[in-house]
Amino acid sequence: MTQPVAPTGANAWILGTRKGAWAMKSNGRSLEEPWFFGAQVHHVVQDVRGTGTILAAVRTGHLGPTIYRSEDSGRTWKESERPPKFRTKEEYETSAFAAAFDRDDARRQGLTVDHVFFLAPGHATQPGVWWAGTSPIGLFKSEDDGVTWHGVEGFNDNPALAKWSYNFAPGTPDGQKCHSVQVDPVDPNRLLVGLSGGGLFLSPDQGRSWRPINAGVAMDFAPPKEDGSEYEYGHDPHDAVIHPANPRRWYHQNHCGIYRLDWNDDSTEQRWKRIGCNMPREIGDIGFPMTCHPRNADTIWVVPMDGGTVWPRTSIEGRPAVFRSRDGGESWQRLDRGLPSRAWHTVLRQAMAHNGCASLELVFGTTSGEVWGSRDEGDSWQSLVTGLPKIMSVTSARLD
Amino acid sequence: MATVRVRIPALLYSYTGGAKLIEVEAESAGGAIGALDSKFPGLAFRVIDEQNQIRPHINIFLGEENIRDLDTPITGASEIFIVGALSGG
Repeated sequence: MTQPVAPTGANAWILGTRKGAWAMKSNGRSLEEPWFFGAQVHHVVQDVRGTGTILAAVRTGHLGPTIYRSEDSGRTWKESERPPKFRTKEEYETSAFAAAFDRDDARRQGLTVDHVFFLAPGHATQPGVWWAGTSPIGLFKSEDDGVTWHGVEGFNDNPALAKWSYNFAPGTPDGQKCHSVQVDPVDPNRLLVGLSGGGLFLSPDQGRSWRPINAGVAMDFAPPKEDGSEYEYGHDPHDAVIHPANPRRWYHQNHCGIYRLDWNDDSTEQRWKRIGCNMPREIGDIGFPMTCHPRNADTIWVVPMDGGTVWPRTSIEGRPAVFRSRDGGESWQRLDRGLPSRAWHTVLRQAMAHNGCASLELVFGTTSGEVWGSRDEGDSWQSLVTGLPKIMSVTSARLD
Repeated sequence: MATVRVRIPALLYSYTGGAKLIEVEAESAGGAIGALDSKFPGLAFRVIDEQNQIRPHINIFLGEENIRDLDTPITGASEIFIVGALSGG
């Protein structure tokens, strides 16, 4: 759910791939000429606040990571003048706050941004503000519409971040991620981020302070704690959303299940409910992407994947299907009309999107370069494009 | 200061406007990359990371020597080659 709210009047899909990004007009199946051909494009996101600025997270196999900006629907691009970059190890050696770091904290050795993974426009009342999540785990902010980026000190310099994030250890298969940066549409001070691995973390003050918010979430890849208590952090959320139509309702697809949280002001603890338990047992509730209906907080879509044995992360039993719930995850419906009867799709967490239109369209892309679309909220699917490189993200945009 | 001729790989033509050979004045290999960045903003960060290390899949040759130390001094007329490393496959 990389884009809870789509740009008004969206008329195109933007496909970020391992070898460049392609724009695909919604009313056809033709692709425009690629942007950043040959480069890894993890995310391309258009501002939903009216400016139409598009940001793209780009790197190549040889060159380091950067962010490009376009103010003309992708016809021309300019590189950010200061892309996200971590502090130098010298800064940490001489800073007072780093005295609180453990001796083996990886930040003391100097972290290097491998790639920018996630881009999110800021709150509607904060034009020009953008957020970026990186691998290794880091959170960055721009206050000038993506021209310059600076680390969010309350996050990147938080002494607890090393223990939350397994000390920035490289994760499989493509490195740790800071993803799902969600700004509460009602309260601009509230931010939610997902760390793979690490868990979900909430800030009540625009990133100055953070706390884990993972109660109720399974962590099957770790042994039970001896005292029987839950792990507070260390989880592996794949995709999370604060619902735009009901910000008190949150969803997330985790490495260990599908969850919903209904914010409870009368409780000191917010608790996730595993709505994936309502999925058919033979399907389970493992997957990467999750997409929410932008106007109906009870309607969500997921793409289950095989999380058994060696985690192939492909369609379960080679039978692709999307699953939809119209009651907040209390029940689920299999949607496979039009999809191939046998195929082994992998749909990455950023590779499914809606276009926000009154007649809602959905699209997902696969790592095998296929794009599938639905114009009836998932009841049926059509092949839109084949033959693209590995698809890493799908978003919607209004291209003039 | 020495005059350094820097051979630019195709990877970086988007920064140099297609120019393949750039002359800069520098005292060290890092200085040469910094001088390039002054002419073509953004280029340095694509080849040198925030910890001031040459990126893993970039090689910088000073003459025939593959250097990893950006403080390597430059004396006299020299030539630097920035190349994308052969990384397997």
